[in-house]
Amino acid sequence: MAFISIKNLCFSYAEETDPQPHINAVDDVSLEISEGEFLAVIGHNGCGKSTLAKHLNAMLLPDSGKVYVDGDDTADEEKTWDIREKVGLVLQNPDNQLVASIVEEDVAFGPENLGVDPAEIRQRVDSALKAVDMYEYRMHAPDKLSGGQKQRVAIAGILAIRPKCIVLDEPTAMLDPSGRSEVMSTLLKLNKEKGITIVLITHYMDEAVLADRVVVMDSAKVLTEGTPGEVFSQVELLKKHRLDVPQAAELAHRLRGCGVKIDRIPLTREDCVKMLEEAMK
Amino acid sequence: MSCILELKNLGFTYGKDTPFEKRAVNNVNLKINKGEFIGIIGHTGSGKSTLVQMLNGLIRPTDGQVLLDGRNIWEEPKKIRNVRFRVGMVFQYPEYQLFEETVYRDIAFGAVNKGLTGDELDKAVRKAAEFAGVKESHLEKSPFDLSGGEKRRAAIAGVIAMDPDVLVLDEPTAGLDPMGREILLSQIVNYHKMRGNTVILVSHTMEDIARVADKIIVMNKSELVAFEETKSVFARGDMLSKIGLQVPQITNIMQDLKQKGFDVPDGVLTVDEALSVLTPMLKKEGA
Amino acid sequence: MVRDVSFGQYFPGNSIIHKLDPRGKILMFIAYIVIIFCAFNYASLAITTAFIAFVLILTKIPFKFYLKSLKVIIFIVIFTSVLNLFYGAGEPLWQWWILKITWDGINRAVFVSVRITCLIIASSCLTFTTSPTELTDAIERLMKPLKAIHFPVHEVAMMMSLALRFIPTLLEETDKIMSAQKARGANTDSGNIIKRVKALVPILIPLFVSAFRRAYDIAMAMECRCYRGGAGRTRMKSIHMGARDTVSFIATALVIAGVIVCNIMIPAVV
Repeated sequence: MAFISIKNLCFSYAEETDPQPHINAVDDVSLEISEGEFLAVIGHNGCGKSTLAKHLNAMLLPDSGKVYVDGDDTADEEKTWDIREKVGLVLQNPDNQLVASIVEEDVAFGPENLGVDPAEIRQRVDSALKAVDMYEYRMHAPDKLSGGQKQRVAIAGILAIRPKCIVLDEPTAMLDPSGRSEVMSTLLKLNKEKGITIVLITHYMDEAVLADRVVVMDSAKVLTEGTPGEVFSQVELLKKHRLDVPQAAELAHRLRGCGVKIDRIPLTREDCVKMLEEAMK
Repeated sequence: MSCILELKNLGFTYGKDTPFEKRAVNNVNLKINKGEFIGIIGHTGSGKSTLVQMLNGLIRPTDGQVLLDGRNIWEEPKKIRNVRFRVGMVFQYPEYQLFEETVYRDIAFGAVNKGLTGDELDKAVRKAAEFAGVKESHLEKSPFDLSGGEKRRAAIAGVIAMDPDVLVLDEPTAGLDPMGREILLSQIVNYHKMRGNTVILVSHTMEDIARVADKIIVMNKSELVAFEETKSVFARGDMLSKIGLQVPQITNIMQDLKQKGFDVPDGVLTVDEALSVLTPMLKKEGA
Repeated sequence: MVRDVSFGQYFPGNSIIHKLDPRGKILMFIAYIVIIFCAFNYASLAITTAFIAFVLILTKIPFKFYLKSLKVIIFIVIFTSVLNLFYGAGEPLWQWWILKITWDGINRAVFVSVRITCLIIASSCLTFTTSPTELTDAIERLMKPLKAIHFPVHEVAMMMSLALRFIPTLLEETDKIMSAQKARGANTDSGNIIKRVKALVPILIPLFVSAFRRAYDIAMAMECRCYRGGAGRTRMKSIHMGARDTVSFIATALVIAGVIVCNIMIPAVV
């Protein structure tokens, strides 16, 4: 069985007694996430991707359907804390996730809640801060850091809990380009070097391109999924739902439309240049 | 074209004469003409936020001058409020400034402060709402009942309602999804076309700037690095990446092709442009 | 700007004072406040002043930060000393109209200004060298006995530490909202009192709305990090009394004894 397995998940924010028509925020979504993979979920605001994310660590419970984390049903209240220890959730606004006035004390917050031995907390905090390259800032106040740095501290705070999987709900939406690339390279490093499963909820397709697998959500449902290559070569479909595609892919797609023979859809700058070079020879 | 804003040796130092002194903007000189669409790019901390806040007198320069229609805006410090009606400023995440009971009244806030009343006020509010894409049916709602994107449009309408000659927008698309970004941006472009006034857009998203701006101001480490036509700024990809700014992917691709000896022009900014350059070349050689 | 105030800030460091048990620091701080106001003659005042000066040097924090924290209250110090200067009893040394200066007045003025200054320096020594988390942690532990009467000790301490964490964030936010409203022509600094109070509405409402939104986010973030109240929590920085705490207690005790002895031996001047 996959590490996280979502089966026919439905969820609505409306009360059952609400007279308004019942609209599901997530509608009959099934998805498997295996250990060690880097999954990106993209889609518009309000497509249900954030709601989906909150189901992965039992912050929300399904109206119908099931979510299993490492074999445990998230609806089982006795397992809630085990699940949150295994799946950490990082939120959009880095300011609102840091609870202590000193970086290292903030990172310690998670393990302290779990009742970990002080000596081990120290060790976890140091290694978590090193993993996100924020060790030298351990004595700083969070409000003096840049957005990207704050978000990395927030990631360290989750890492110190020693989860198997980190879910990030639009972690870069409020950051500037350098903050975004800091966070992305941190996530890639954690995934490749520490084998941590990453589920990245984002609306930046240039981030999704870096994932192993991409799930596209639209109107509470999964629109398509596959490797970045497979997903972004469906330029037509993505454009129809007004989602971004890398400019390289768009160019190739439109050249093809003009009758130019193009064998594959490139995603990166290098690949696109190579393809154009070959085509021009 | 006549010049509306002129910056002369403009500079600002935070915490002057204290141990925490920091130079935020250094000796900026430039002229902005009526009706231009200007983009401002630069890193966080490059001084661009301080620069734009000096344009409407929210920050008083420690040296140099801001001339609006040829007059120093600080000539009469007591009348600085009047400058703020002429140079409208939309801050980042403007939805956090909403406070009135209804969207209508919130949009009207600035216009009322400016002294508009009665029909004139009503017209200004409705027109601004239309420009910013606020639905008629939303005007009587509480601003706190709107969705994130709708709130943002209401907040932008609140500045447009003051009918400024210069509209400054600081990262208006931050945090929006691609569709929301697209819609808001085309609304701003449309507003600029219809009103014909000056728009200054601060943004991190180079693709957006590349699409809409006539000219670009590049700031780096408190200094003005470039103030040129959009094309010629993006043609200097090396300079931009040296100061840590990204160039649209398509511009990079075309630049790479040029370096490999293909006959393509500099500063290609959009996929459309690239397509029109590449199609004839490929057809000729591929057919 | 409001953000520049250094009062209540924490400066990470490795001095002896930094390393003292925060509980001990709080207790000694309270004892010290009592003792400054029990110093009734110049000898006692000299002892208390010398003591805090010694502590200040031990913190190894640049003097300019202490000066900055004093700057905030310099007006109060001057105001109260001037007031005291003219309200002394006894033979006037100098008189003009209803103002007169007496030896008693001079003494009072000196005592008031020195006491307030020492008080501020002492609290700066405490907050500069103790992180907010340590401080609230210490308060939580000191208040533990109150649990017996069902006082929510952990919750109060947690609220305090969150409040301390978010004060700078909210100040920054206030700044931003003020700028945004000013850009819409809001007039915050002129008009009569009613106008000025009204002008606060466009600032306070967005501030409250955002504070509530933050509170909701923070609660969620804390739950995501397995927070479920004080039960079963451990702390990374376990605090325990050591030799240096004992030494500091002895030093404080000596100062207290010194002040008491001086008070007995030498007549009071105020």
